[in-house]
Amino acid sequence: MRWIEIGNLNDIPRRGARCVSTPAGKVAVFRTGNDRIFAMEDHCPHKGGPLSQGIVHGAAVTCPLHNWVISLENGQAMGADEGSVQTIPVKCEGETLFISLDQLSGERAA
Amino acid sequence: MNGNGNNEMKEKLIIVGNGMAPGRMLEHLFEHAPDRYQVTIFNAEPRVNYDRIMLSPVLSGEKAFEEIVIHGDGWYIDHGITLYKGHKIVEIDREAKTVRSDHGVAESYDKLVIATGSVPFILPVPGNDMPGVLTYRDLDDVDAMILAAQSHAKAVVIGGGLLGLEAAAGLQLRGMDVTVLHLMPTLMERQLDPAAGYLLQRALEERGIKVKTKAETKAIIGKGKAEAVELADGSTIDADLVVMAAGIRPNAWLAKQAGLEMGRGIVVDHGMRTEDPDILAIGECAEVGGHTYGLVAPLYEMAKVAAAQLAGDTETAFVHSDTPTKLKVTGIDLFSIGDFADGDDREEIVLRDATAGVYKRLILKDNRIIGSVLYGETADGAWFNDLKKREVDVSEMRDTLIFGQAYQGSAPLDPMAAVAALPDDAEICGCNGVCKGKITGAIGSEGLKTLDHVRAHTKASASCGSCTGLVEQLIAATLGDAYKPNEIQPVCGCTELGHDEVRRLIKAKGLRTIPEVMQELEWKTSCGCAKCRPALNYYLVCDWPDEYADDYQSRFINERVHANIQKDGTYSVVPRMWGGVTNADQLRTIADVVDKYDIPTVKVTGGQRIDMLGIKKEDLPSVWGDLGKAGFVSGHAYAKGLRTVKTCVGTDWCRFGTQDSTGLGIRIEKFMWGSWTPAKVKMAVSGCPRNCAEATCKDVGVICTEAGFEIHFAGAAGLDIKGTEVLGHVETEDEAVEHIVALVQMYREQGHYLERIYKWVKRVGLDEVRQQIMEDHDKRIAFFDRFVFSQKFAQCDPWSERVSGKDKHEFKPMATLELEAAE
Repeated sequence: MRWIEIGNLNDIPRRGARCVSTPAGKVAVFRTGNDRIFAMEDHCPHKGGPLSQGIVHGAAVTCPLHNWVISLENGQAMGADEGSVQTIPVKCEGETLFISLDQLSGERAA
Repeated sequence: MNGNGNNEMKEKLIIVGNGMAPGRMLEHLFEHAPDRYQVTIFNAEPRVNYDRIMLSPVLSGEKAFEEIVIHGDGWYIDHGITLYKGHKIVEIDREAKTVRSDHGVAESYDKLVIATGSVPFILPVPGNDMPGVLTYRDLDDVDAMILAAQSHAKAVVIGGGLLGLEAAAGLQLRGMDVTVLHLMPTLMERQLDPAAGYLLQRALEERGIKVKTKAETKAIIGKGKAEAVELADGSTIDADLVVMAAGIRPNAWLAKQAGLEMGRGIVVDHGMRTEDPDILAIGECAEVGGHTYGLVAPLYEMAKVAAAQLAGDTETAFVHSDTPTKLKVTGIDLFSIGDFADGDDREEIVLRDATAGVYKRLILKDNRIIGSVLYGETADGAWFNDLKKREVDVSEMRDTLIFGQAYQGSAPLDPMAAVAALPDDAEICGCNGVCKGKITGAIGSEGLKTLDHVRAHTKASASCGSCTGLVEQLIAATLGDAYKPNEIQPVCGCTELGHDEVRRLIKAKGLRTIPEVMQELEWKTSCGCAKCRPALNYYLVCDWPDEYADDYQSRFINERVHANIQKDGTYSVVPRMWGGVTNADQLRTIADVVDKYDIPTVKVTGGQRIDMLGIKKEDLPSVWGDLGKAGFVSGHAYAKGLRTVKTCVGTDWCRFGTQDSTGLGIRIEKFMWGSWTPAKVKMAVSGCPRNCAEATCKDVGVICTEAGFEIHFAGAAGLDIKGTEVLGHVETEDEAVEHIVALVQMYREQGHYLERIYKWVKRVGLDEVRQQIMEDHDKRIAFFDRFVFSQKFAQCDPWSERVSGKDKHEFKPMATLELEAAE
């Protein structure tokens, strides 16, 4: 797996998110209240809303367009809604954040 | 994901058609045999599966297409289904077991399901293929009708059956002048007897829809496009749009071409199998036991049977049952079931109430109900249907039968008891075939507590929605005291407390941060949710204006970045124009900004402002920077806060003006801008009772008179429409400002988050507000002072703060990865 550095943990506010622009589209990187980091495509399965702009609560984010709640852990829509977002591998070494786009670019290429 | 992995091991299932029947069939199939098939669907329509029976509300504008989608794209992906959108199958090769689409795609199958539905019956008259002649079958038809309706011209609907009348009502609501032509003497003659058909006709005519019965269409005439319909009696009716809704026919040509046995539709046995053991047919194209079907309940029954077949269960069989008919036209209640033709061996019971517009008729044979027609009052439909289905001998209750279930037995039953008295197998939701036992069972086993829960788990009342009342009564009857639709609603799932209690406890316990509130009030989640966090943030901002540090991560995106998010993720920007007044410099600046940032849409809003739409998030700070140089500040068009004060020109220009309404509006806006409120606050000041600023539908409005200022409040012109109430009359402009500010502060302190002023007033009472603001001088001054104190911290322009670098992380990507980096 190839890891790409994207920045520092503290670039993202707690209970917040930032975007990373990649050739395969925008990636949303989330930081929860207890400093867990998640990444996924910045694209709600419902209407493509930018999840990075949503309110982060626990390990979930609420899409700003129509309030779908997406689990940050597995990308699945929660509650009665059905759908899923492609999650993206992310790791934190010290305070430096890395993501891997292998899966993403692989799928797009296929 | 089922789609990945051992696909070679799976049998190949191909479905031709992607309507409601195959959609439901797959839901059942995935439940019973999730891994047995690799599924491929060919859909001639270029879209996913949607609720076709809800097209009428889409046509009338009561629903959007998005709301009637049954399976979104995600569902197909999750189940590993290959969906060919816009592919029509043109050939089945039964020898080779392959199908071929019009785009040349060929696939082989182990099992094939034909679900090609129906096609509208096109009258064989001259001109039937002219532009302007439509059918009513799918979303494309609806879109075409909505487009045609924009001209507000004349429409003729041919066919006074279920579909035709729903189309007529929808077009009429869209503003068209509609005439319905019906061949038979009364409307919906297959479902209604002449008396009910007459009542229906009268109800439609009262709405302004013209109805012409015994009208035989001879030709559609016009030059190059439809202009009129000519009838057999020689008369013509002008028509810019002609909708053919004269019936449907099974769409069976594909099966016919494949050499399968044909009746009216594709002949199948009670297991939905055609004569070819590997081919099934379901839906409107199928003919079983000599019947074809057009209503959703039997089609869903077919779906269930076919799913069982495909899962290896050959026992489950389709059983014919009558389906009640309901017309989905808002405000017209109509129900019919069974057989209601006259006959020597039949008796009938009829109840008419001309003033109330009620007509009920029961048809009995051997003391058993065999048919029923209800018009105007249909609550007992389910009960009559149940008596019919169970073939109950009604001789004991014959005298009171027609009055309904409430009049049976010694004491009249209330509706709740009536529901409780239904047997478990009584059908509650006709569309989805959900019986009472399934709902009560799910309530028990899943611990369901609300209507939404029941809809999500059982699908009862989730399609046409006409049984919603019945489902609610059933929930109430099942849960007893545990069901409290009117009890205090908790703020959200994170707490049991309601908004009032949370607000009271924040003050009483002196809670000053969100974590403190959650800790002290025993929140059930560690960091709340998207419902409670913005509410708590507002309550704390309101209650501790000097101490509380606003938590931007608990604000909705619009308030976090001070612009309005749009459906494509771009933003719109509305600068403040005090009182709606602008000048050449401001307009020039706006024009320059629009050019510089290539802003695609500029629009004037309802609140007398200019809205620039489609701005990229990264551009926001520099857009604001450029606007700021001309003196513009944020217009707070994104805020749960003071939005706009709309004004007319008043004594400055108007020959009728009685006061300086523009000046007062600007003064109020300059005094109150920047304040956060439970929900948005829109105001207006009109310079005379002609009310050109439309102040009487605003949250707060002022009507100027010669004698002073009449203060209005609690209006609404959105989801609800409501004229304002009069708060009171004051003589001077200073007093007007003082009263308005005090009123808004009272609302700020008492309103529930997202509760508009009119809803808050409804909750606390008009007189209470009038008493505290108009009569209690000390209270009013105290409210006023608290607002003024709060404004000290609220009135800083968020745009210039961000131009200066605040929250800059919000507007830039964290990183931008180039192509090389990802390779």
